[in-house]
Amino acid sequence: MGRIVLNRDKCKACYLCIDACPKKVLEADSAVNEMGYYPAKVNSEKECIGCAICAKVCPDIAIEKVYYEK
Amino acid sequence: MEQLVYKKPESIRDDFKITFCPGCDHGVAVRLVAEVLDELGVREKTIGIASVGCSVFSYDFFNVDIVESAHGRSLAVATGIKRSKPDKVVFTYQGDGDLASIGLAETIHAMTRGENVTAICINNTTYGMTGGQAGPTTLIGQITTTTTKGRKPELSGYPLKICEILKEVDGTAYVARVTLDSYQSILNAKKCIKKAFEAQLKGLGTGFVEILATCPTNWKMTPQESHARVRGEMSEVFKPGVYKDKVSEAV
Amino acid sequence: MKNEKELLKGNYAIAQAAIEAGCQSYFGYPITPQSEIGEYLSTKMPEMGRAFVAAESEVAAINMLLGAGSTGVKAMTSSSSCAVSLMQEGLSFIAGDEIPCVLVSVMRAGPGLGYIYPSQGDYLQATKGGGNGDYKIVTYAPNSVQECIDLTYKCFYVSQKYRTPVCLLADGMLGQMMEPAVVGEYPYEEIDQSSWALDGAKDREPRHIASIERDQETLKTRVVKIFEKYNRILENENIFEKYEIDGAKLVITAFGSIARIAKAAVKMARKNGLKVGLFRPILLNPFPEKIVAEIAQKVDGILDIELNCGQMLQDIKASIAGVASIPIEFYGRPAGVMMTVEEIYKQIENVYKKIVEKNYGTACI
Repeated sequence: MGRIVLNRDKCKACYLCIDACPKKVLEADSAVNEMGYYPAKVNSEKECIGCAICAKVCPDIAIEKVYYEK
Repeated sequence: MEQLVYKKPESIRDDFKITFCPGCDHGVAVRLVAEVLDELGVREKTIGIASVGCSVFSYDFFNVDIVESAHGRSLAVATGIKRSKPDKVVFTYQGDGDLASIGLAETIHAMTRGENVTAICINNTTYGMTGGQAGPTTLIGQITTTTTKGRKPELSGYPLKICEILKEVDGTAYVARVTLDSYQSILNAKKCIKKAFEAQLKGLGTGFVEILATCPTNWKMTPQESHARVRGEMSEVFKPGVYKDKVSEAV
Repeated sequence: MKNEKELLKGNYAIAQAAIEAGCQSYFGYPITPQSEIGEYLSTKMPEMGRAFVAAESEVAAINMLLGAGSTGVKAMTSSSSCAVSLMQEGLSFIAGDEIPCVLVSVMRAGPGLGYIYPSQGDYLQATKGGGNGDYKIVTYAPNSVQECIDLTYKCFYVSQKYRTPVCLLADGMLGQMMEPAVVGEYPYEEIDQSSWALDGAKDREPRHIASIERDQETLKTRVVKIFEKYNRILENENIFEKYEIDGAKLVITAFGSIARIAKAAVKMARKNGLKVGLFRPILLNPFPEKIVAEIAQKVDGILDIELNCGQMLQDIKASIAGVASIPIEFYGRPAGVMMTVEEIYKQIENVYKKIVEKNYGTACI
C-alpha cells in the first residue's frame, strides 16, 4: 500500500492527478484552500498503491512525497 | 517499513512558488528539469537563464543560480556564461515566442557555434504571459487575440517547426520534441531532457528539447481538453520524436 | 605588457589594455572604425585561455556580455555608433541587473550609417542612452592613445568596484591614429566579486540576478540605490583636466579628441594675451555639474566646442542654470571634418572679443 503527502495549499485544482490515478484514490475537496481552489484530496476509503503517478502529472508540485510499503 | 518512492526534487526550492496557471504544463516541465539536475548531480554547478514570458520568475522555483535575460536573448546570455565558466552547467528555459520568434537569431547562432549548453523550449502555440496572442507556432486556423478569425497563412504565415530547423544546424547534438499529456509521455520527456543535458556534459554541442505544452487559460480549455489538443492537432503539425541524437551515437 | 613606449594605434592600445586589465571574455561584431579591437583579441584571447566570441550581432554581443558579467569575470565588448544603438536594450538590462562590464564605443559619424569619419555625435547616446528606465552608463572619454589605455583600466576598475556597466567613449580619430604610448601594468586593486556572482549554488542559497521585481516598493528602492551609486562614482572616480583656468575670463569646454585640439588653441590664445582656460571633463556621465558651476561663477563666458551639433552643451547649460548668468557660446559642426587649431583659435578670438572685451564688431558662429 502507499501514502501521499499532498500540500493542499499548493494545489490549483486542475485535477490531472484525479484523472491519472489508476486506483481513483483522489477526489476534489469540498473546502477551499488558501488560494481559493477546491484542492484534490485523498479519499481514505480507497487504497493508494504508491505508484506516484499523481505526483508525476501534478503541474504544481503539490504532491511533495509518496511512500510505498509492501 | 515505508519506503520513500517520490519526493520533490532538491533542484526545486523548499519555499517554491509555482507561478503558472492551473493545469499548465510548465509546472511539469520545470519539475522534470529539476529532477534531471538532481539525477546528474549538477545542481550545485548549474546556472539557469530565465527568459521573458511565463518563465521569467524561474527563480521562484528553481533551486539553482538564475540570471534573467531580455526577451529572446537567453542563448546569447548562456553563451556568455558558458564561455566564461566552461565548468558550469548552463541551461535556458524559454517559450516558443522567446526562442523561435524574437530570439531566433540568437538561438540558431548559439547552436551553430555548438555552445555546450542545454535549451528547453515550451511550445504552447501562443504568447501566454501577454494574454494569448498569435506566435511563431500558432497553428493554422487557431483563434488567438490577434488572429480572431483563426490564423490565416495569407495574412500571418505558417507555424514554425523548430526541431525540423534545429536538427539541420551542425552544432546541435541532441534535438527532440516531446509532450506531457500523459504519465507515459512525461516519463519519455524526462528521458529526453536528460539526454539534452548529457549532450552538454559530454561536450558534444547544444542539447535541445521542445516541449509541446498546454496553455489552458489562453486556449480557453480545461487542462484535460488541452491535453487532448496536444495529442491531436498539435502533434499532427509538430510531430513528437527524437530528431537528432549524437549522445547515443557517442556511447 | 612591455612597459615601454611604443608606437600604437588607438584600437590596438585598447585591446592590449583589456588583456592587461585581465579581461576574461570579449564578445563583438565588426564595425569600422573599431574592428581592430576584435581582430586583435580574436587571436590573443584564445592563446591566453580566455574567451573570444564573434557574435552574430551586437544584440547578441551585449547579451553575451551580460551573461559573462553575471559570473563576475571582467568582460568587454566594443562597437560603434549605429551598432551601439542595437545594444541599448542590453545595456538597460545590465544596468538594472547591476552587472559589471565594459563597453568600448568608438564613435563614427551619424545619424544612421553616416560614415566612418571621427565624430562626437554619440555623446548623448552614451550619456543619456536609448535604453528604457532610470539608469546611467558611466562614461569616460579619452583624448589620446595613452588615455585609451589608462581609461580602459579605469573602466574595468569602476565597473567591478561599483557593479555597473562602464563605457569608454572614443572616436574614429583616436581609434585609428598612432602615437607613442605605454601599456603599463593594471594599476588598480582586484575587486572580489564572489559575494554576488553566479557560480552555482554550492553550500549556499541560490542567487538570482534580475531586473524584474514584482514588489513596487522594492523596485523603487533598487533604482534609488543604483542612483546613489552614481553619486558615489562622481564623488570618488571623477577625472577631469583643468588648463589655465585660474584668472581666465573665457573658459573652453570640450571633451575627447577635440579637447586636445582646443587645448593647443588655448595655448595660442594665452600666448597672444587672451585670458582663456580649458575645462575637459573625462568622466562624462555622471556629469561633473558642480565643477562646471564653480568655474562659471568666476568667468565672463564659456565657449563649448564639440564635433557635433551641441550635445555636451546641454549638460553645460544644465550645470550653470540658476548658478551663473553668463553667455554660453557653442562652436561645433556635424561629424566628419576635424577642426584645426587655427579654426578653433579664430572662434576663441571672436568669442573673447564679444564676451570679454564686449566688442560686438565680429559676428560669432
